[in-house]
Amino acid sequence: MIPSHDVLLVGGGGAGLRAAIAIAETNPRLSIAVVSKVYPMRSHTVSAEGGAAGVIAPDDSLDEHAHDTISGGDWLSDQDAVEAFIKEAPQELLQLEHWGCPWSREPDGRIAVRPFGGMKKRRTWFAADKTGFHMLHTLFQTTLQYTSVVRYDEWFVTRLLVDDGRVQGVVAIELMSGKVETITARAVILCTGGCGRVFPFTTNASIKNGDGMALAFRAGAPLKDMEFVQYHPTGLPFTGILITEAARAEGGYLINKDGYRYLQDYNLGKPEPKPVFRSMELGPRDRLSQAFVQEVAKGRTIDTPYGHVVNLDLRHLGEKVIDTKLPFVRELCLKYQNIDPVKDLIPVRPVVHYMMGGVHTDIDGATPLAGLYAAGEVACVSINGANRLGSNSLPELLVFGARAGRAAAEYAAGEVRISPAALAQARDEARQLANEFLHRSGGRERLSTLREEMQTTMEESAGIYRSGDSLARGADRLRELQERFGEVRIEDQSRTFNTERVAALELSFMLDVAEAIVNSALRREESRGAHQRTDFPARDDQRFLAHSLIYRTPDASCRVEYLPVTLTRWPPGERVYGR
Amino acid sequence: MADQITLQVARYRPEEEAEPTFQEYDVPCPKDWVVLDGLNYVKDRLDGTLSYRWSCRMGICGSCGMTVNGEPKLTCATFLSDYAPGPVRVEPLRNFPVIRDLVVEIGDFMRKLSTVKPWIIRKDHKPLSDGEYLQTPQEMEEYQQFSMCINCMLCYAACPIYGLDQEFIGPAAIALAQRYNLDSRDEGARERLEVLSQHEGIWGCTFVGECTEVCPKDVDPAGAIQRYKLTAALDSLQAFLVPWSAR
Repeated sequence: MIPSHDVLLVGGGGAGLRAAIAIAETNPRLSIAVVSKVYPMRSHTVSAEGGAAGVIAPDDSLDEHAHDTISGGDWLSDQDAVEAFIKEAPQELLQLEHWGCPWSREPDGRIAVRPFGGMKKRRTWFAADKTGFHMLHTLFQTTLQYTSVVRYDEWFVTRLLVDDGRVQGVVAIELMSGKVETITARAVILCTGGCGRVFPFTTNASIKNGDGMALAFRAGAPLKDMEFVQYHPTGLPFTGILITEAARAEGGYLINKDGYRYLQDYNLGKPEPKPVFRSMELGPRDRLSQAFVQEVAKGRTIDTPYGHVVNLDLRHLGEKVIDTKLPFVRELCLKYQNIDPVKDLIPVRPVVHYMMGGVHTDIDGATPLAGLYAAGEVACVSINGANRLGSNSLPELLVFGARAGRAAAEYAAGEVRISPAALAQARDEARQLANEFLHRSGGRERLSTLREEMQTTMEESAGIYRSGDSLARGADRLRELQERFGEVRIEDQSRTFNTERVAALELSFMLDVAEAIVNSALRREESRGAHQRTDFPARDDQRFLAHSLIYRTPDASCRVEYLPVTLTRWPPGERVYGR
Repeated sequence: MADQITLQVARYRPEEEAEPTFQEYDVPCPKDWVVLDGLNYVKDRLDGTLSYRWSCRMGICGSCGMTVNGEPKLTCATFLSDYAPGPVRVEPLRNFPVIRDLVVEIGDFMRKLSTVKPWIIRKDHKPLSDGEYLQTPQEMEEYQQFSMCINCMLCYAACPIYGLDQEFIGPAAIALAQRYNLDSRDEGARERLEVLSQHEGIWGCTFVGECTEVCPKDVDPAGAIQRYKLTAALDSLQAFLVPWSAR
C-alpha cells in the first residue's frame, strides 16, 4: 500500500505548521501529511530572535508598514502582495496569541511592540528575544490536537512526482530505516525554508540547504529573484550566531575600531543617544552590511583570526534592559563568545541570513505547476523585494502559510487522480537512490571538500558586492563542481540513519540553488537592495523593475526571464534613511 | 598539548555490530570549539560514516544532546577545552534506544507530549476581532520558565525514574503541562490532571532533581512536578471532601 494524503507538506517549521492548521480548519475531512527531515520543533524557525511585525499601535497605520516594506525592498516587492500581507499580519499574530504564544506584554497586559530596522513605527511583536522559538513551539503544540495531521518525522524528500503537468506526491527516505517510500498527494506545499548553507558564513542551521527550492526547480517550476541574498549586519565571528537586530532597536551602537559610530558616514542619519526610527543602527540590513564592507576598505575595522569585525556596544543599556529584553543575546554571548554584553563589546560582522528569492508563487502560495504550493522563506511571493526588513519574515510565514494551506485545501478537495506515470517515476527514483548511494564504492571527491569549495565560490563571486567578472567565474566554478559531484565518495553504506547519504543529497540540492543564485545575479545588470554590482552601481528601473524567473532547461543549465513588478500605490522612489 | 584532543566516540551500526563499540579520533581543540565542532571535524575529514543529529549550533533547536564524559549535554554548548587534556568520551543519551551511533529514538517522548494536551483549552474562544487576551507580565511570569523547554531530552536521559520505568511520563512533558496549566488564558488544568494524576504521571517522580540539574534552559522540571503534586493532592482531597465541587 502506498501511503496517500490529500495535502502533503514538505517541512514542518512555522510555514508548514501554520499551513497544516489552516488545512485542518478549512476542511477537516482532508488527510494532511507533514514530511520533515527533522522533528518539527527542531525546524529553523526556532532560531528567529527579534520579532514579528504587525500593525497594532494606535499611532501606526497599514500604509506606513506597507511603505516601509516597499521602500526597504527597493521597490521590487509586489505591492498587491504587500498590502494583503500587511493587512493579515496582525490577525495572524493575534491568532497565535489565542493559541498561547507568550508575547511580551505591556504592564496592563496588552501586547508590547518594539522598534525594528527600517520600520518607521513600533510594530514588532516579540517574545523576549526568542520569538521564533516560542512561535514554533506554540504552533507545533497546537497542531498536536488535530488528528487529521499525520507526521513523517525525519523523512527526507528527494523528489517531487510530476506528471501531466501536475504534482502528485513525493519520494522520501525514512532516515531511521533507510527505506525509500513513495507518498502520493493531491497537493504538495513546500515549506522547507532557506538556503544559507550555500555560503560559508551564515546564521542558518545546518539543515538549511535549499531543499524545496531545488525540488521545485528540478520539477520545472521557476525560482524568482534568487540574486537577492540578505546579509545580516551582526553575526558573531566564527560561529555565525545571530545577534538580533532587537539589540540595536533597544539602543545598541555599532562602532568601528576607533569607537566611532561609522554609520553616520553612509547616508544613514546622525548619531543620537537613543534609537531613531529608520536611522543609523535602525537602517535596513542591506545598507548596514554594505557600510561594513566600506569600513573594511577604509581600514577602520578590527582584524581577528576570523576576519574583520566591528563592535556592537550594548553596555549603556544596563543589565536590567539586557536581561528583560535581550536575555538570549546575553546567553549566546556568554556561552559562545565568552563575553558579557553588560560589560564587554560584542564583535560582529555581516553574515548570510535570509533568501529574499525562492520558488515563484502567487499571492495564494500557488506555483505555476498545478498542485504545487510554497510558503515561507522557500517561497518568493514577493513581499520582500530586493531586501527584507527585519521582523517581516515571521508574519510572512504565518500569512502565506495560512493562505497556501487554504488554497491547497481547496485544490485537493477536487477530483485529482494519481497517474501510473508518476508511480513509474517514483520507482525510478528509488532505484537511482539505491544505485547512486548505497551500492557503490570508490569516488574520488570528498563530500566536505566539494561543499567548502562551493561555499567559498559563492562568497567570492556573489557576496555583498558582485561584478560581472566575479559572477561569471563563479558560474564556471559551479559547473565544474557539478561535474565533480558525480565522483563524490560515499563511505557509509548503511541504511540505518545514514547522514552521509543525506548530506550528499543536500549538497546536490545546494549546487543547483547556488547556480540559480549566480546566474540570476549575472543577468541583473543594476544595483538594487541586497544585489550590488560594482560594474552597474545604479538602480535601473527602465530595465529591471522586474522579477527574475530562472528555469532549469532540459540540458541542466538555466534560462532567465523577467516578470514586471506589480505596483499599486507606491511609485518607485529614492530610498531615504536618516532624514 | 592543548591543540589536539582525543574523542572516544560510541559507534553502533545495527547492520554490522551486535553491540556498541568505541572509536577514537584525534581532533583539533581551539578554545572556541565545542564538542559538536569536534564531531563535525570527524565527519568531514576523518570518517564520513559517523552519525549524529545537529542543526542550529546555538542551543535552541534541541537536536544535539549526547552524553559527554558521563553527563547529558548539548554538544553545541559544551567546550572541548573544558575537557583538556582529554580524552572526551561521547555517547548517545542514556535511557533511550539507540538507533545508530549517537542517534537515539525519541518516539516515546513525542507520543507522551500529545497526551498532556499541550495547547490552550477553553470553553469559549473569543473571536479575533475582540483582540488579545490580556496577560500582565506578572501573570506571564507564572508559566514563563516552563515555556522555555527546547525538548532536548537531557532531563529524560538524567532521570533515574524514567530509566527504570519507561511508562513514567517524564520531566519535560510534565513541565509542559504545567506551562499551560499556569497560563491565565487556559482552562484545561482538569483535563490534564486526569493524565498526570495517574501513577505514571507525576507520582512516579521521587524528586531526585537530576532533571533540573541538567536542564540547559533553567526550566526546572523538578519544581514543576513538585508544584503539580501539591495541586493534585489538594484536588483529590477536595474531591473527597466536597465531591460536587468538581468543575
